Amino acid sequence: MTNHPEIVDHGGYAGHGEDYLLPSDAPVQLIAPEGAPMTAGDYKEPYALPDDATLLDGYERLVIGRRVNEQAGALVRQGRMAVYPSSYGQEACQVASDMCLRSSDWLFPTYRDTVAILGRGVTPMEAFESLRGDWHSGFDPHQYNTGLPTTPLATQLLHAVGVAHAAKLRGEDTVALALCGDGATSEGDFHEALNFAAVFHVPVVFLIQNNQYAISVPLIHQSVAPSLAHKAVGYGMPGERVDGNDLAALLAVLGHALERARDGGGPSLVEAHTYRMEAHTNADDATRYRSAEEVAQWVPKDPLLRLQKYLSDAGLLGAADTERFAAAAEVVAKTIRDGLNTETSPDPADLFAYVYSEPTPQLREQAFMLAEELSAGQPLEGAQS
Amino acid sequence: MTTMANRPSAGTAHASTAAVEPELRGVQTITFAKALTLAMSDAMASDATVLVFGEDVGTLGGVFRVTDGLTRRFGEERCFDTPLAESGIVGMATGMAMNGMKPVVEMQFDAFAYPAFEQITSHVAKMGNRTRGQVRLPLVIRIPYAGGIGGVEHHCDSSEAYYVHTPGLTVLTPSTVSDAYIMLRDAIASPDPVVFMEPKKLYFSKATVDLDALRARYDGDSVLPSSIGKAAVAREGTDATLIAYGPSVAAALAAAETAAEEGRSLQVIDVRSLVPFDDETVSAAVRSTGRAIVIAEAPGFASMAAEIVARIQERCFHSLAAPVLRVSGFDIPYPAPRLEKYYLPGVDRILDAVDQLQWEQS
Repeated sequence: MTNHPEIVDHGGYAGHGEDYLLPSDAPVQLIAPEGAPMTAGDYKEPYALPDDATLLDGYERLVIGRRVNEQAGALVRQGRMAVYPSSYGQEACQVASDMCLRSSDWLFPTYRDTVAILGRGVTPMEAFESLRGDWHSGFDPHQYNTGLPTTPLATQLLHAVGVAHAAKLRGEDTVALALCGDGATSEGDFHEALNFAAVFHVPVVFLIQNNQYAISVPLIHQSVAPSLAHKAVGYGMPGERVDGNDLAALLAVLGHALERARDGGGPSLVEAHTYRMEAHTNADDATRYRSAEEVAQWVPKDPLLRLQKYLSDAGLLGAADTERFAAAAEVVAKTIRDGLNTETSPDPADLFAYVYSEPTPQLREQAFMLAEELSAGQPLEGAQS
Repeated sequence: MTTMANRPSAGTAHASTAAVEPELRGVQTITFAKALTLAMSDAMASDATVLVFGEDVGTLGGVFRVTDGLTRRFGEERCFDTPLAESGIVGMATGMAMNGMKPVVEMQFDAFAYPAFEQITSHVAKMGNRTRGQVRLPLVIRIPYAGGIGGVEHHCDSSEAYYVHTPGLTVLTPSTVSDAYIMLRDAIASPDPVVFMEPKKLYFSKATVDLDALRARYDGDSVLPSSIGKAAVAREGTDATLIAYGPSVAAALAAAETAAEEGRSLQVIDVRSLVPFDDETVSAAVRSTGRAIVIAEAPGFASMAAEIVARIQERCFHSLAAPVLRVSGFDIPYPAPRLEKYYLPGVDRILDAVDQLQWEQS
């Protein structure tokens, strides 16, 4: 006899052994790199090719996402932005994350997920505020149900678990999608987040964008697990792996995982195999740790080319569509450009305004001191302007 | 009030058949630990978004029994055990606080909170500032701390300096039974994250308090001003000011009692709120006596005590008749049980410091 409150059996898997937790033998793929759809039977149930309209919508989002990456990279080179971690080549993961979530669901992105953040409705200027250096974040998480990208790794996975746990307690059907990279799977918080999610059986899906590198360190130095998706088994949740450059497969796999979570099926882990086509950030030199030949191998696997080929071959993508999508991408690029080319002047008084709900007496003194300095026209030591 | 209030909790069958602990009312003699329990249970009763979780806090009621009875009374959804992972506890609490909850989490011991350090310093402390006030995290991290209980290694650290050094955290530490209740209620009510440091050697100290009066502070329109940011005068005195907090307040009071027998009147200030710090009360006290000693268990180097001394020196220099002294722990790892008596600031060491306050010049 135990004194513990009833241990809840989250199952529904009785008699399944552990096999149901295991990922597919190979990453799920619905459209091959050359654009040909796989035939049913080449991948496991219940995945299926999304409908035409969904794929066309997804393709437009990919075009916009690619343009965002290109535009942001250009602005960094022009000195309009301090830093930009690019998701060039990973746009399908970004787009699928947005397309699979409802606006009432939560996304917990990393610093490389600006494209996904924009897809949640965050305006370009809000999304780029921290990258241009005006403030440590530029948007209200509650307005978009989107967590703030931060640079510590894997910490946001626990926040996603907490949001999902609270949603479950409130009886809401909100799910949380938490993103991380392959490097983050080595962090303690990755382990704690997956374990908490499984133990409390909360509606959260973890998506690892395995882009093969943690800055310079290749995956083999992070893990020798059969796959990162296999890690799920140890926590008692299903793991799945998917071709991260195949938007159709991502939509099928992520969509299934999220609906499962929404229906009370609990958490799961998805590993998307993709590749970081550009350096870690503009401050990085990727030629020091990987060859041009290796990068070149991934060019034909590009998520945009693949979907474009599929849609064209199926007669779903006309010249007018292509033109329209390019124009939409230009509108976004121009918004980013115009915004970042506009001078801003962050208010120094803000430094003290938000640390606490009410500034402490000590912060009031310090704010006063700074205001006095500024009104006296004293040059600020260390200021660059 | 969320929808939770109307929903049956997990393990309802278990909870409903268990006897609900009778509410203590009126004038009662209770322990410091019980005052904390009552603060949580009253807060949980008045606000369905208040949750308690941590290691062993459910069925066991916490290793110090501070959460005793909360699961029985409120069900397993409101007070529950977590996997043994402090970063997980604080990280999950952060997410829950982002989604409408008020988590009160327990770190089992001071040194066991260190795995949560990244979540506390990089996320809990910064969320409000990062979001320009759009996301406040109304969560409380309870940390039993400090020594004097003969505890083994990693169970007796005075870790407050790590938290007080981190902008964005409110750091409180009560030293009386009534403050244990009041300050924990205030911490739970605060819109900002609070690191709530509980001197574990006080857990089983007792006092007689009027629970109805304490609860009345939080009833409806008559809510009294928060204790956050307010120091307390623990003993009036005119010759010198002893400034202490948490576990050291008792030592300061004992020293003042002994000094009084020797004809010296020592004032004792209980800082209570380390952040925000009550410069006004402390400075006024020191100016009134012209002499001050700061007492704390933590190693003195780069410590809360050092900060207090610096602030007094900056604000009260012209009122001082002697240098402000510190009686703190030595700059060593917390000693083994049989050696801690040599480490802890005690009455003799405090009175020795008092003797050094240049009385010949007054």
